[in-house]
Amino acid sequence: MKYKDINLGLVLPILIIVLLGAWPIISQKDINRETIFTIILFMGLASSLNIFLGYTGYVSFGHVVYFGLGGYVGFYFMSAQGQSIWIAMLTGGLASGLLAFLLGKAILRLRGGYFALATIGVNEAVRAFINNFDLFGGPIGMTLNFKVYKAYGGAAKSLWMAYYLLIATVLLVIVVSYLVRTSKFGLGLLAIREDEDAAEVMGVRAPDAKTWAYVLSAIFPGILGALFFFKNGAIEPVPAFRLSMSIEMIVMVMLGGQGTVLGPLLGAAGYQWMRGFLLTNSFFKNIQLAVAGGLLLVIVLFVPGGVIGWLRKQIPGLRRVLQ
Amino acid sequence: MGFLLASVTDGLLIGFVYGVAAMGLTLIWGVMDVINLSHGPIITLGMFGVYLLFTGPLGLNPYLALLFVALGGLLFGILVYFIAVHRVIGASHLSTLLATYAVNMIIIGIGTAIFTASPRNVEFNMGRLTFGNVTLLGTRVIAAVASVLVSAGLYLFLYKTRPGRYIRAVANNKDAAELMGVPSMQILALSFGLGTMLAAISGALIATFFPFTILAGGAYELKSFVISVLGGLGNPIGALYGGLILGVLEGIIPTFMETTWVPVVEFVLFVLILLVRPQGLLGVKK
Amino acid sequence: MILKVEGVNKRFGGLQALSNITFDLPEGEILGLIGPNGAGKTTLFNVINGVYPPNEGRVVFLGKDTTGAKTYDMARMGLARTHQIVKPLNDLPVLENAMVGACYGRENHSIRDAKKIAMDTLEFLGIIDLAGKLAGTLNVAQKKRLEMARALASHPILLLLDEVLAGLNHKEIADMVETVRKIRDRGITIIMIEHVMHAVMNVSDRMIVLDFGQQIAEGTPTEIQNNERVIEAYLGDPKLAERLMRTGT
Repeated sequence: MKYKDINLGLVLPILIIVLLGAWPIISQKDINRETIFTIILFMGLASSLNIFLGYTGYVSFGHVVYFGLGGYVGFYFMSAQGQSIWIAMLTGGLASGLLAFLLGKAILRLRGGYFALATIGVNEAVRAFINNFDLFGGPIGMTLNFKVYKAYGGAAKSLWMAYYLLIATVLLVIVVSYLVRTSKFGLGLLAIREDEDAAEVMGVRAPDAKTWAYVLSAIFPGILGALFFFKNGAIEPVPAFRLSMSIEMIVMVMLGGQGTVLGPLLGAAGYQWMRGFLLTNSFFKNIQLAVAGGLLLVIVLFVPGGVIGWLRKQIPGLRRVLQ
Repeated sequence: MGFLLASVTDGLLIGFVYGVAAMGLTLIWGVMDVINLSHGPIITLGMFGVYLLFTGPLGLNPYLALLFVALGGLLFGILVYFIAVHRVIGASHLSTLLATYAVNMIIIGIGTAIFTASPRNVEFNMGRLTFGNVTLLGTRVIAAVASVLVSAGLYLFLYKTRPGRYIRAVANNKDAAELMGVPSMQILALSFGLGTMLAAISGALIATFFPFTILAGGAYELKSFVISVLGGLGNPIGALYGGLILGVLEGIIPTFMETTWVPVVEFVLFVLILLVRPQGLLGVKK
Repeated sequence: MILKVEGVNKRFGGLQALSNITFDLPEGEILGLIGPNGAGKTTLFNVINGVYPPNEGRVVFLGKDTTGAKTYDMARMGLARTHQIVKPLNDLPVLENAMVGACYGRENHSIRDAKKIAMDTLEFLGIIDLAGKLAGTLNVAQKKRLEMARALASHPILLLLDEVLAGLNHKEIADMVETVRKIRDRGITIIMIEHVMHAVMNVSDRMIVLDFGQQIAEGTPTEIQNNERVIEAYLGDPKLAERLMRTGT
């Protein structure tokens, strides 16, 4: 790996976020900001998931649980404890990381489909629990008092602030993803992905490595959840723990190319663009879900490596650049 | 006490139907190591199948309609197998999960466009049966009996017929079965068809006593996961026991805590069993 | 002693895969482990490197009781092995395969140093040209070398080689035997499971013969070659065995 390549592997993803993120700031239009917020949010979520799924090969099917839990914990601190968004992001990330750590030790012993099923079970269990948890508002959830936004100069300013915080967080996710990918820790994860038994025989402490990757990939969705629901102003169990959102995250990772830093960004952008197109197109509007399903099927069956995998196959030299 | 007895009996009756749904899921898992995420929508298709035949111009009796739904489920499953699943057999779990989820999206997408998300029900009354202070809905009793018959039929098929033996051979060891001359592609397609047939049958039976929407299958899919794990993933007969356990749990839990706690108990149990006894409550360790 | 195996028993269900295996391995030795298919050779490797614990008996590695230790702990102590059925990390380049060994093996190198060591190891094994290729695209002989590269890059004290000669042609076998010698000359102790008799006889200092999980003979290659019991147990036909052992398969 030449020095030049190292930079490109990191600079390209950062450039994407910065350029994309700058657009609403330059145009100063709320509608642009909302669109880009969603895209960058999913870029962050997909990249976080990729740190675990893409590098270790373990399919965390219920990863949305960390988004929802972080959102809930952060929201609780803001709405019930009157804490700042900073504390919300911190506690949200910590709560998700902690749950991942506790669960990780147990469920990461499961392999393949058993693990995927367990993560679905965890998400459903947490959602069902929060549905009954009065401190978090039970099935009704919680709403933010308008006063909370005053501390940041009113609702309009708060939305912009949430946007800047989002960009900063997602940039951090990307840097972490890159550092993991190129580190010794990451090499161990990739070895686990390829053959866990062989990796252990070579000295990789798979149980520890998997757990830390899982924790890392849970912390960021927790922070992003706190941020998203701060912007949203309300939180309920169903939208916070929507299993289909988990699957969308996986689709994005897969679409772009799992196990690469750039892939999840491309996947998230591509998926959101496609969804926007289908939803606004009069012909596809009603069957957008079916069309999206059809496209997903084509990708899974015929381009399993995603965009990056496909590009690398066409132009082998790209492997060094497209980390 | 009478109340408890009534809810346990009711739970048992529904448990049989849950069992059939889970059998479909677990059969597919056992034979081809695929978690079928289109299971829920196929249950829904079974519901709508009965609904359409019953409310349509023919006004077919729901239990007669069941036969058509079963056949349709079998053929539909074989079709899905060849379109979406065959290419990813033996690929990573990520691929099979996403391929079947894509089928899920396609069914739900088209279904929502046609039927919208409004609730439906099959208005069909089979009277009530009363034993002491336990009253049972006729439709539920019939559904339970039908489920037992279906399970028995599946058992006979798997253990007494040649294709059934092939299915078990492939489930045991695909490579060895192929060496013995078992046509594995046809057997996999047939197994997938049987799995979806069972899902469709359970949907059809549920439709006779519960209202449903196009999204209703999702909840039963999650229940099927829980049941399959209770009974041991890949073990169709275990799934029947699992269904009964879940049905009874659903009957008992509301008598001493709020109904909304049922899914909490179910999913915590689910994760715990996966961790502690992945071979299922009744399964033997391999 | 690098390794002491004391009274190891291993059962799978009703099958006695290993019974009462006992031997010592001094530093710098090449120990040949032979026996018919199903004799328990790979099982013995698995017990030594911690794939599964023995039912009875002890494994002492570098003076420490490592019975039932995890494979990754064994690797970090300086035990490396290859697999009879190769386990390449398919989607990673050959270089990174070897780097895993260097990073996580006995010396616990940083990724930068690991790269250097991995390159040296690939060079040593003559597969430096393959460094950039994905492991999954290699042929069998290359994959065998890759397995060795990963093991060697960890700079082990003890190396377990599981049929590294199987499936290779005459020239490749000769090269590999030469390589095994060179590895020993670097001060690495070796146990090798092998079916290619003339090669293993040629390179081993001492040999152990397993049959149905029993340790039926131990000695120098010459002693083993002339051991009636080995010849009989091994092939059931002394004449055929003799011919095989002298000329090789």
